[in-house]
Amino acid sequence: MAYTALFKSSIGKKLLMGLTGLFLITFLLVHASINAMIWFQDGGVTFNKWAHFMGSNLIIRTMEWGLFFGLILHVVDGLMLYAQNRAARPVKYAYNRAGDNSSWYSRSMALLGTLILLFLILHLAHFWVKTRITGIEKYGLDTENQENLFAVMQEVFRSGLVVAIYVAGCFSLFWHLLHGFKSAFQSLGLNHVKYNETIAVIGIAFSIIVPFVFAMMPISMHFGLVR
Amino acid sequence: MKFNLKVWRQKNAKADGRLVDYTIDNINVDMSFLEMVDVLNDELIRKGEDPIAFDHDCREGICGMCSMYIDGRAHGPHHAATTCQLYMRTFKDGDTIYVEPFKAKAFPIIKDLAVDRSAFDRIIAAGGFVSVNTGQAQDANSLPVEKEAAEKAMDAAACIGCGACVAACPNSAAMLFVSAKISQLAMLPQGGPERKNRAIKMVEQMDAEGFGNCTNIGACEAECPKEIKLTNIARMNREYLAATIIDE
Repeated sequence: MAYTALFKSSIGKKLLMGLTGLFLITFLLVHASINAMIWFQDGGVTFNKWAHFMGSNLIIRTMEWGLFFGLILHVVDGLMLYAQNRAARPVKYAYNRAGDNSSWYSRSMALLGTLILLFLILHLAHFWVKTRITGIEKYGLDTENQENLFAVMQEVFRSGLVVAIYVAGCFSLFWHLLHGFKSAFQSLGLNHVKYNETIAVIGIAFSIIVPFVFAMMPISMHFGLVR
Repeated sequence: MKFNLKVWRQKNAKADGRLVDYTIDNINVDMSFLEMVDVLNDELIRKGEDPIAFDHDCREGICGMCSMYIDGRAHGPHHAATTCQLYMRTFKDGDTIYVEPFKAKAFPIIKDLAVDRSAFDRIIAAGGFVSVNTGQAQDANSLPVEKEAAEKAMDAAACIGCGACVAACPNSAAMLFVSAKISQLAMLPQGGPERKNRAIKMVEQMDAEGFGNCTNIGACEAECPKEIKLTNIARMNREYLAATIIDE
Protein backbone atom coordinates (compact mmCIF):
# COMPACT_ATOMS: atom_id res chain seq x y z
CA MET A 1 0.00 0.00 0.00
CA ALA A 2 1.35 3.40 -0.98
CA TYR A 3 2.39 5.98 1.58
CA THR A 4 0.18 8.57 -0.09
CA ALA A 5 -2.89 6.42 0.63
CA LEU A 6 -1.79 6.19 4.27
CA PHE A 7 -1.60 9.95 4.71
CA LYS A 8 -4.86 10.51 2.85
CA SER A 9 -6.64 8.20 5.28
CA SER A 10 -8.24 9.50 8.47
CA ILE A 11 -5.79 7.53 10.61
CA GLY A 12 -2.80 8.71 8.56
CA LYS A 13 -3.84 12.32 9.05
CA LYS A 14 -4.03 11.96 12.80
CA LEU A 15 -0.70 10.13 12.80
CA LEU A 16 0.84 13.10 10.97
CA MET A 17 -0.83 15.48 13.44
CA GLY A 18 0.62 13.54 16.39
CA LEU A 19 4.13 13.20 14.94
CA THR A 20 4.45 16.87 13.97
CA GLY A 21 2.87 17.87 17.30
CA LEU A 22 5.46 15.91 19.29
CA PHE A 23 8.22 17.38 17.10
CA LEU A 24 6.97 20.91 17.85
CA ILE A 25 6.81 20.00 21.55
CA THR A 26 10.54 19.14 21.52
CA PHE A 27 11.18 22.53 19.91
CA LEU A 28 9.22 24.28 22.69
CA LEU A 29 11.42 22.58 25.28
CA VAL A 30 14.65 23.77 23.60
CA HIS A 31 13.25 27.28 23.02
CA ALA A 32 12.09 27.66 26.64
CA SER A 33 15.36 26.34 28.07
CA ILE A 34 17.57 28.69 26.07
CA ASN A 35 15.37 31.73 26.61
CA ALA A 36 15.31 31.05 30.36
CA MET A 37 18.93 32.25 30.37
CA ILE A 38 17.64 35.82 30.40
CA TRP A 39 17.16 35.28 34.15
CA PHE A 40 20.91 34.88 34.75
CA GLN A 41 20.92 38.61 35.69
CA ASP A 42 24.14 39.21 33.76
CA GLY A 43 22.81 41.81 31.33
CA GLY A 44 21.92 39.07 28.86
CA VAL A 45 25.51 37.91 28.25
CA THR A 46 24.79 34.16 28.63
CA PHE A 47 21.54 34.47 26.71
CA ASN A 48 23.19 36.37 23.86
CA LYS A 49 25.96 33.77 23.68
CA TRP A 50 23.44 30.96 23.22
CA ALA A 51 21.29 33.03 20.87
CA HIS A 52 24.39 33.55 18.74
CA PHE A 53 25.13 29.83 18.78
CA MET A 54 21.54 28.97 17.72
CA GLY A 55 21.71 31.58 14.97
CA SER A 56 25.09 30.63 13.54
CA ASN A 57 25.49 26.87 14.00
CA LEU A 58 25.03 25.08 10.67
CA ILE A 59 23.20 22.07 12.16
CA ILE A 60 20.76 24.28 14.07
CA ARG A 61 20.15 26.46 11.01
CA THR A 62 19.39 23.34 8.94
CA MET A 63 17.04 22.12 11.64
CA GLU A 64 15.27 25.47 11.45
CA TRP A 65 14.07 24.53 7.97
CA GLY A 66 12.84 21.23 9.37
CA LEU A 67 11.01 23.15 12.05
CA PHE A 68 9.23 25.39 9.55
CA PHE A 69 8.37 22.33 7.46
CA GLY A 70 6.96 20.51 10.50
CA LEU A 71 4.98 23.57 11.54
CA ILE A 72 3.47 24.00 8.07
CA LEU A 73 2.53 20.30 7.92
CA HIS A 74 0.90 20.58 11.36
CA VAL A 75 -1.07 23.69 10.36
CA VAL A 76 -2.17 22.45 6.92
CA ASP A 77 -3.13 19.00 8.23
CA GLY A 78 -5.00 20.61 11.11
CA LEU A 79 -6.97 22.94 8.87
CA MET A 80 -7.80 20.05 6.55
CA LEU A 81 -9.09 18.00 9.49
CA TYR A 82 -11.14 20.98 10.65
CA ALA A 83 -12.75 21.50 7.24
CA GLN A 84 -13.55 17.79 6.78
CA ASN A 85 -14.94 17.46 10.28
CA ARG A 86 -17.23 20.46 9.83
CA ALA A 87 -18.44 19.00 6.51
CA ALA A 88 -19.21 15.67 8.22
CA ARG A 89 -22.19 17.28 10.00
CA PRO A 90 -23.84 19.73 7.58
CA VAL A 91 -26.91 20.26 9.81
CA LYS A 92 -25.98 21.08 13.41
CA TYR A 93 -27.93 20.05 16.48
CA ALA A 94 -30.47 22.65 17.59
CA TYR A 95 -29.62 21.85 21.20
CA ASN A 96 -26.29 20.28 22.11
CA ARG A 97 -24.76 19.68 25.53
CA ALA A 98 -21.24 18.88 24.33
CA GLY A 99 -19.79 20.03 27.65
CA ASP A 100 -21.37 17.02 29.39
CA ASN A 101 -19.03 14.56 27.76
CA SER A 102 -15.89 16.42 26.71
CA SER A 103 -13.70 19.42 27.57
CA TRP A 104 -14.10 22.66 25.62
CA TYR A 105 -10.41 22.88 24.79
CA SER A 106 -10.36 19.38 23.23
CA ARG A 107 -13.16 20.55 20.93
CA SER A 108 -11.42 23.87 20.18
CA MET A 109 -8.00 22.72 18.95
CA ALA A 110 -8.44 24.46 15.58
CA LEU A 111 -9.43 27.74 17.24
CA LEU A 112 -6.58 27.56 19.80
CA GLY A 113 -4.15 26.57 17.04
CA THR A 114 -5.21 29.54 14.92
CA LEU A 115 -4.70 31.89 17.87
CA ILE A 116 -1.23 30.42 18.40
CA LEU A 117 -0.48 30.84 14.67
CA LEU A 118 -1.54 34.51 14.76
CA PHE A 119 0.63 35.03 17.82
CA LEU A 120 3.49 33.24 16.08
CA ILE A 121 3.35 35.61 13.08
CA LEU A 122 3.67 38.58 15.43
CA HIS A 123 6.41 36.80 17.39
CA LEU A 124 8.42 36.04 14.24
CA ALA A 125 8.07 39.68 13.16
CA HIS A 126 9.37 40.77 16.58
CA PHE A 127 12.46 38.57 16.69
CA TRP A 128 13.05 36.17 13.80
CA VAL A 129 12.75 38.79 11.06
CA LYS A 130 15.04 41.17 12.99
CA THR A 131 17.78 38.61 13.73
CA ARG A 132 17.74 36.74 10.41
CA ILE A 133 16.80 39.39 7.88
CA THR A 134 16.96 43.04 8.91
CA GLY A 135 19.76 42.64 11.45
CA ILE A 136 20.05 43.90 15.03
CA GLU A 137 23.23 45.97 14.79
CA LYS A 138 21.44 49.15 15.87
CA TYR A 139 20.80 47.62 19.29
CA GLY A 140 24.53 47.69 19.95
CA LEU A 141 26.72 45.07 21.63
CA ASP A 142 26.59 43.68 25.15
CA THR A 143 29.46 43.87 27.67
CA GLU A 144 31.14 40.85 25.99
CA ASN A 145 30.88 42.48 22.52
CA GLN A 146 28.17 40.09 21.31
CA GLU A 147 25.09 40.93 19.21
CA ASN A 148 22.49 42.09 21.72
CA LEU A 149 19.25 40.10 21.27
CA PHE A 150 18.62 40.73 24.96
CA ALA A 151 18.28 44.45 24.20
CA VAL A 152 15.78 43.65 21.42
CA MET A 153 13.65 41.74 23.97
CA GLN A 154 13.81 44.64 26.41
CA GLU A 155 12.59 47.03 23.76
CA VAL A 156 9.78 44.80 22.42
CA PHE A 157 8.43 44.10 25.92
CA ARG A 158 8.39 47.77 26.92
CA SER A 159 4.85 47.86 25.45
CA GLY A 160 2.15 46.63 27.82
CA LEU A 161 -0.05 45.65 24.89
CA VAL A 162 2.65 43.38 23.46
CA VAL A 163 3.11 41.74 26.87
CA ALA A 164 -0.67 41.16 27.10
CA ILE A 165 -0.74 39.55 23.61
CA TYR A 166 2.21 37.31 24.53
CA VAL A 167 0.51 36.18 27.74
CA ALA A 168 -2.72 35.48 25.79
CA GLY A 169 -0.66 33.47 23.30
CA CYS A 170 0.78 31.45 26.19
CA PHE A 171 -2.73 30.68 27.48
CA SER A 172 -3.72 29.42 24.01
CA LEU A 173 -0.59 27.27 24.01
CA PHE A 174 -1.46 25.92 27.49
CA TRP A 175 -4.91 24.67 26.44
CA HIS A 176 -3.65 23.45 23.07
CA LEU A 177 -0.95 21.38 24.81
CA LEU A 178 -3.32 20.17 27.52
CA HIS A 179 -5.23 18.21 24.89
CA GLY A 180 -2.51 17.88 22.26
CA PHE A 181 0.20 16.25 24.37
CA LYS A 182 -1.72 13.15 25.43
CA SER A 183 -3.73 13.12 22.21
CA ALA A 184 -0.51 12.69 20.19
CA PHE A 185 0.26 9.46 22.04
CA GLN A 186 -3.26 8.11 21.46
CA SER A 187 -2.96 8.89 17.74
CA LEU A 188 0.30 6.94 17.55
CA GLY A 189 -1.53 4.01 19.17
CA LEU A 190 0.43 4.43 22.40
CA ASN A 191 -2.39 3.77 24.82
CA HIS A 192 -1.43 1.31 27.53
CA VAL A 193 -2.64 0.90 31.11
CA LYS A 194 0.94 0.83 32.39
CA TYR A 195 1.90 4.18 30.84
CA ASN A 196 -1.32 6.18 30.42
CA GLU A 197 -1.07 7.80 33.84
CA THR A 198 2.58 8.77 33.31
CA ILE A 199 1.78 10.29 29.91
CA ALA A 200 -1.16 12.21 31.40
CA VAL A 201 0.90 13.58 34.32
CA ILE A 202 3.86 14.58 32.12
CA GLY A 203 1.41 16.14 29.66
CA ILE A 204 -0.28 18.29 32.30
CA ALA A 205 3.06 19.30 33.85
CA PHE A 206 4.50 20.21 30.44
CA SER A 207 1.36 22.16 29.46
CA ILE A 208 1.59 24.25 32.62
CA ILE A 209 5.35 24.71 33.03
CA VAL A 210 6.40 25.57 29.47
CA PRO A 211 3.72 28.23 28.75
CA PHE A 212 4.27 29.63 32.28
CA VAL A 213 8.01 30.00 31.68
CA PHE A 214 7.30 31.64 28.32
CA ALA A 215 4.71 34.01 29.81
CA MET A 216 7.10 35.07 32.59
CA MET A 217 9.68 36.29 30.06
CA PRO A 218 7.74 39.33 28.74
CA ILE A 219 6.28 39.94 32.21
CA SER A 220 9.64 40.04 34.00
CA MET A 221 11.19 42.10 31.19
CA HIS A 222 8.33 44.59 31.22
CA PHE A 223 8.52 45.14 34.97
CA GLY A 224 12.32 45.37 34.96
CA LEU A 225 12.87 42.20 36.97
CA VAL A 226 15.77 41.15 34.72
CA ARG A 227 18.86 43.26 34.25
CA MET B 1 -46.23 14.01 34.34
CA LYS B 2 -46.42 16.79 31.79
CA PHE B 3 -43.74 17.66 29.24
CA ASN B 4 -43.08 20.23 26.55
CA LEU B 5 -41.37 18.52 23.64
CA LYS B 6 -39.42 20.13 20.85
CA VAL B 7 -39.24 17.40 18.22
CA TRP B 8 -37.24 17.49 14.99
CA ARG B 9 -39.63 16.88 12.07
CA GLN B 10 -38.18 16.27 8.64
CA LYS B 11 -40.04 14.79 5.68
CA ASN B 12 -37.05 13.03 4.06
CA ALA B 13 -33.30 13.23 3.52
CA LYS B 14 -33.58 16.13 1.08
CA ALA B 15 -36.15 18.27 2.90
CA ASP B 16 -35.20 20.83 5.54
CA GLY B 17 -36.03 19.86 9.09
CA ARG B 18 -37.31 22.00 11.94
CA LEU B 19 -38.26 21.72 15.59
CA VAL B 20 -42.00 21.36 16.28
CA ASP B 21 -43.53 21.96 19.72
CA TYR B 22 -45.76 19.35 21.36
CA THR B 23 -47.26 19.25 24.83
CA ILE B 24 -47.98 15.88 26.41
CA ASP B 25 -49.75 15.15 29.69
CA ASN B 26 -50.57 12.15 31.94
CA ILE B 27 -47.22 10.44 31.38
CA ASN B 28 -46.42 7.69 33.89
CA VAL B 29 -43.04 8.10 35.66
CA ASP B 30 -42.13 4.50 34.82
CA MET B 31 -42.68 4.85 31.09
CA SER B 32 -39.61 4.60 28.91
CA PHE B 33 -38.83 7.50 26.59
CA LEU B 34 -39.97 5.43 23.61
CA GLU B 35 -43.28 4.62 25.31
CA MET B 36 -43.80 8.33 25.88
CA VAL B 37 -43.30 8.91 22.13
CA ASP B 38 -45.74 6.01 21.47
CA VAL B 39 -48.37 7.85 23.54
CA LEU B 40 -47.67 11.09 21.67
CA ASN B 41 -47.95 9.30 18.31
CA ASP B 42 -51.25 7.75 19.41
CA GLU B 43 -52.58 11.24 20.11
CA LEU B 44 -51.27 12.53 16.77
CA ILE B 45 -52.92 9.68 14.86
CA ARG B 46 -56.25 10.28 16.64
CA LYS B 47 -56.02 13.94 15.62
CA GLY B 48 -55.33 12.88 12.05
CA GLU B 49 -51.75 14.20 12.10
CA ASP B 50 -48.60 12.51 10.83
CA PRO B 51 -47.00 10.44 13.65
CA ILE B 52 -43.31 10.92 14.48
CA ALA B 53 -41.08 8.36 12.77
CA PHE B 54 -38.43 6.83 15.05
CA ASP B 55 -36.31 3.66 15.19
CA HIS B 56 -36.77 0.94 17.80
CA ASP B 57 -36.72 -2.82 18.04
CA CYS B 58 -35.91 -4.89 21.15
CA ARG B 59 -36.60 -2.20 23.76
CA GLU B 60 -34.23 -4.13 26.07
CA GLY B 61 -31.10 -2.08 25.48
CA ILE B 62 -29.32 -4.72 23.41
CA CYS B 63 -30.22 -4.26 19.74
CA GLY B 64 -28.84 -0.78 19.02
CA MET B 65 -31.81 0.25 16.94
CA CYS B 66 -33.19 3.13 19.01
CA SER B 67 -31.32 6.37 18.47
CA MET B 68 -32.46 9.97 19.17
CA TYR B 69 -30.45 12.94 20.44
CA ILE B 70 -32.31 13.83 23.62
CA ASP B 71 -31.69 17.08 25.48
CA GLY B 72 -28.38 17.61 23.72
CA ARG B 73 -27.04 14.09 24.35
CA ALA B 74 -26.97 10.85 22.32
CA HIS B 75 -29.56 8.49 23.88
CA GLY B 76 -30.35 11.16 26.47
CA PRO B 77 -28.73 12.10 29.77
CA HIS B 78 -27.97 8.61 31.19
CA HIS B 79 -24.54 7.04 31.19
CA ALA B 80 -24.23 3.69 29.37
CA ALA B 81 -27.88 3.41 28.38
CA THR B 82 -29.84 3.32 25.14
CA THR B 83 -32.96 5.45 24.61
CA CYS B 84 -35.30 2.53 25.43
CA GLN B 85 -33.63 2.30 28.85
CA LEU B 86 -34.23 5.98 29.55
CA TYR B 87 -37.24 6.42 31.85
CA MET B 88 -39.42 9.48 32.24
CA ARG B 89 -38.63 9.64 35.98
CA THR B 90 -35.23 10.97 34.86
CA PHE B 91 -36.96 14.25 33.96
CA LYS B 92 -38.85 16.74 36.10
CA ASP B 93 -42.54 17.43 35.67
CA GLY B 94 -43.00 20.30 33.22
CA ASP B 95 -39.54 19.93 31.64
CA THR B 96 -38.90 21.05 28.08
CA ILE B 97 -37.15 18.24 26.21
CA TYR B 98 -35.37 18.56 22.86
CA VAL B 99 -35.63 15.45 20.65
CA GLU B 100 -33.49 15.34 17.53
CA PRO B 101 -32.20 12.59 15.24
CA PHE B 102 -28.53 11.51 15.20
CA LYS B 103 -27.01 14.06 12.86
CA ALA B 104 -24.12 13.26 10.50
CA LYS B 105 -23.59 13.42 6.74
CA ALA B 106 -22.96 9.65 6.77
CA PHE B 107 -26.30 9.05 8.57
CA PRO B 108 -28.89 10.59 6.22
CA ILE B 109 -32.27 11.18 7.79
CA ILE B 110 -34.99 8.85 6.49
CA LYS B 111 -37.78 10.70 8.23
CA ASP B 112 -38.07 12.70 11.47
CA LEU B 113 -35.97 10.84 14.07
CA ALA B 114 -35.16 7.78 11.96
CA VAL B 115 -31.72 7.80 10.32
CA ASP B 116 -30.08 5.50 7.81
CA ARG B 117 -27.15 3.81 9.52
CA SER B 118 -26.38 1.35 6.72
CA ALA B 119 -22.94 3.00 6.38
CA PHE B 120 -22.05 0.83 9.41
CA ASP B 121 -23.24 -2.30 7.58
CA ARG B 122 -21.07 -1.43 4.58
CA ILE B 123 -18.04 -0.99 6.87
CA ILE B 124 -18.66 -4.43 8.38
CA ALA B 125 -19.10 -5.95 4.92
CA ALA B 126 -15.84 -4.31 3.77
CA GLY B 127 -14.06 -6.21 6.57
CA GLY B 128 -14.71 -9.39 4.60
CA PHE B 129 -14.79 -13.00 5.72
CA VAL B 130 -13.06 -14.83 8.53
CA SER B 131 -11.35 -18.10 7.55
CA VAL B 132 -12.54 -21.10 9.54
CA ASN B 133 -11.70 -24.78 9.44
CA THR B 134 -14.36 -26.96 7.92
CA GLY B 135 -14.91 -30.67 8.31
CA GLN B 136 -15.64 -32.33 11.60
CA ALA B 137 -16.27 -30.22 14.68
CA GLN B 138 -13.03 -29.38 16.44
CA ASP B 139 -12.28 -30.10 20.04
CA ALA B 140 -13.54 -27.14 22.10
CA ASN B 141 -10.10 -26.08 23.31
CA SER B 142 -8.03 -26.81 20.24
CA LEU B 143 -7.44 -23.08 19.73
CA PRO B 144 -5.93 -21.70 22.93
CA VAL B 145 -7.03 -18.12 23.70
CA GLU B 146 -5.43 -16.13 26.48
CA LYS B 147 -8.00 -15.16 29.13
CA GLU B 148 -7.12 -11.42 29.00
CA ALA B 149 -7.43 -11.30 25.20
CA ALA B 150 -10.73 -13.17 25.32
CA GLU B 151 -12.13 -10.66 27.82
CA LYS B 152 -10.98 -7.63 25.83
CA ALA B 153 -12.32 -9.08 22.59
CA MET B 154 -15.64 -9.73 24.33
CA ASP B 155 -15.70 -6.13 25.65
CA ALA B 156 -15.17 -4.83 22.10
CA ALA B 157 -17.80 -7.22 20.74
CA ALA B 158 -20.35 -5.65 23.11
CA CYS B 159 -20.72 -2.82 20.54
CA ILE B 160 -24.30 -2.85 19.25
CA GLY B 161 -23.58 -0.51 16.33
CA CYS B 162 -26.14 2.06 17.47
CA GLY B 163 -24.16 5.05 16.16
CA ALA B 164 -24.17 7.06 19.40
CA CYS B 165 -20.40 7.51 19.01
CA VAL B 166 -20.92 9.26 15.67
CA ALA B 167 -23.84 11.29 17.02
CA ALA B 168 -21.92 12.46 20.09
CA CYS B 169 -18.63 13.19 18.30
CA PRO B 170 -18.24 16.88 17.38
CA ASN B 171 -16.45 15.60 14.24
CA SER B 172 -19.04 12.90 13.41
CA ALA B 173 -16.22 10.34 13.46
CA ALA B 174 -17.02 6.62 13.47
CA MET B 175 -13.73 5.45 14.92
CA LEU B 176 -15.09 4.00 18.15
CA PHE B 177 -17.45 1.73 16.23
CA VAL B 178 -14.88 0.67 13.62
CA SER B 179 -12.17 0.17 16.22
CA ALA B 180 -14.46 -2.09 18.28
CA LYS B 181 -15.21 -4.19 15.21
CA ILE B 182 -11.52 -4.41 14.23
CA SER B 183 -10.45 -5.12 17.83
CA GLN B 184 -12.86 -7.96 18.53
CA LEU B 185 -11.27 -10.03 15.77
CA ALA B 186 -7.69 -8.73 15.98
CA MET B 187 -7.31 -10.07 19.52
CA LEU B 188 -8.48 -13.59 18.73
CA PRO B 189 -6.63 -16.31 16.78
CA GLN B 190 -9.72 -16.79 14.60
CA GLY B 191 -9.28 -13.25 13.27
CA GLY B 192 -5.57 -13.74 12.53
CA PRO B 193 -5.42 -14.74 8.83
CA GLU B 194 -7.24 -11.66 7.44
CA ARG B 195 -6.13 -9.27 10.16
CA LYS B 196 -4.16 -6.76 8.05
CA ASN B 197 -6.49 -6.70 5.08
CA ARG B 198 -9.49 -6.27 7.35
CA ALA B 199 -8.00 -3.20 9.08
CA ILE B 200 -7.16 -1.56 5.74
CA LYS B 201 -10.51 -2.31 4.10
CA MET B 202 -12.67 -1.23 7.04
CA VAL B 203 -10.78 2.06 7.50
CA GLU B 204 -11.00 2.74 3.74
CA GLN B 205 -14.77 2.16 3.82
CA MET B 206 -15.16 4.33 6.93
CA ASP B 207 -13.39 7.21 5.15
CA ALA B 208 -15.40 6.68 1.95
CA GLU B 209 -18.68 6.95 3.87
CA GLY B 210 -17.94 10.55 4.81
CA PHE B 211 -17.48 10.24 8.56
CA GLY B 212 -15.26 12.88 10.17
CA ASN B 213 -11.75 12.41 11.56
CA CYS B 214 -11.06 11.46 15.16
CA THR B 215 -9.33 14.15 17.24
CA ASN B 216 -9.31 12.16 20.50
CA ILE B 217 -11.97 14.27 22.20
CA GLY B 218 -13.51 11.27 23.97
CA ALA B 219 -17.20 12.18 23.70
CA CYS B 220 -17.86 8.79 22.02
CA GLU B 221 -16.52 6.80 24.96
CA ALA B 222 -18.54 8.93 27.39
CA GLU B 223 -21.80 8.39 25.47
CA CYS B 224 -21.39 4.75 24.39
CA PRO B 225 -24.25 2.65 25.80
CA LYS B 226 -21.93 -0.37 25.89
CA GLU B 227 -18.93 1.47 27.38
CA ILE B 228 -16.56 0.72 24.50
CA LYS B 229 -13.16 2.14 25.44
CA LEU B 230 -10.87 4.58 23.60
CA THR B 231 -8.11 1.94 23.91
CA ASN B 232 -9.84 0.26 20.96
CA ILE B 233 -9.18 3.33 18.81
CA ALA B 234 -5.49 3.25 19.76
CA ARG B 235 -5.47 -0.45 18.86
CA MET B 236 -7.09 0.29 15.51
CA ASN B 237 -4.42 2.95 14.85
CA ARG B 238 -1.73 0.32 15.55
CA GLU B 239 -3.48 -2.33 13.43
CA TYR B 240 -3.91 0.05 10.52
CA LEU B 241 -0.38 1.48 10.72
CA ALA B 242 1.17 -1.99 10.98
CA ALA B 243 -0.88 -3.11 7.98
CA THR B 244 -0.07 -0.08 5.79
CA ILE B 245 3.57 0.53 6.73
CA ILE B 246 4.80 -3.06 6.78
CA ASP B 247 2.64 -4.51 4.02
CA GLU B 248 4.16 -4.76 0.55
